[in-house]
Amino acid sequence: MTVDETIRQVLTDHGRLAVSVESLTDDTDLFGAGMTSHASVNVMLALEDAFDFEFSEKMLKKSTFESIASIRSGVLEMTGG
Amino acid sequence: MNRATETLRVGIDLVPVAEVAASVEYFGDRYVTRLFTPHEIASCRTADGPARARGDYAVESLAARFAAKEAVVKVLRPIEMQPDWRSIEIHRMTGGWCEIRLSGQAAELAADAGIAELTVSLSHETAVAGAVVVGRCIPRERGEE
Repeated sequence: MTVDETIRQVLTDHGRLAVSVESLTDDTDLFGAGMTSHASVNVMLALEDAFDFEFSEKMLKKSTFESIASIRSGVLEMTGG
Repeated sequence: MNRATETLRVGIDLVPVAEVAASVEYFGDRYVTRLFTPHEIASCRTADGPARARGDYAVESLAARFAAKEAVVKVLRPIEMQPDWRSIEIHRMTGGWCEIRLSGQAAELAADAGIAELTVSLSHETAVAGAVVVGRCIPRERGEE
């Protein structure tokens, strides 16, 4: 799977969104789409499992998980992609 | 001190217990240790908590503590930085009630906001856990560092 496909799969499995992941654009506000803080923790842990890294402390902010685009940026920063 | 200048902030949060149970089951200890301090984990071991547990943890108690942490964040009102969940500790006192103890980033946010005191109330039923946090803020005097 590509990075984006993996992110979307993680959101499907752990994001507990009020809308389908297929309907999300890169910039859709995930918190506005129903993702709670608790769900975002699950997304964070699942991303770490999927990409085999651990988010650094400076990455653990709400803005890192607010959209697919911001998650992609965070993942690529942590994986050096 | 002029008490008329003090303000209060309130934060509230609800967490479905089933979601915490699912997270514990899926991610195991990694979920617990990323969110909770050693004291909180010890407080939520099944030996100290309700009978309904997933693995070693009383998930209702974990859910109530997560709700309290989120309620504290609502009181702290961070603009960008999300404090480490473990820098907000829900400390269970011998008598059974809980107090909030901040460290690290959360303590810095509280100091910046002039929050002099935080108090918390936790509750949980079978399906949902919740918490309310009240913060007492004392504005800094002009020129005060």
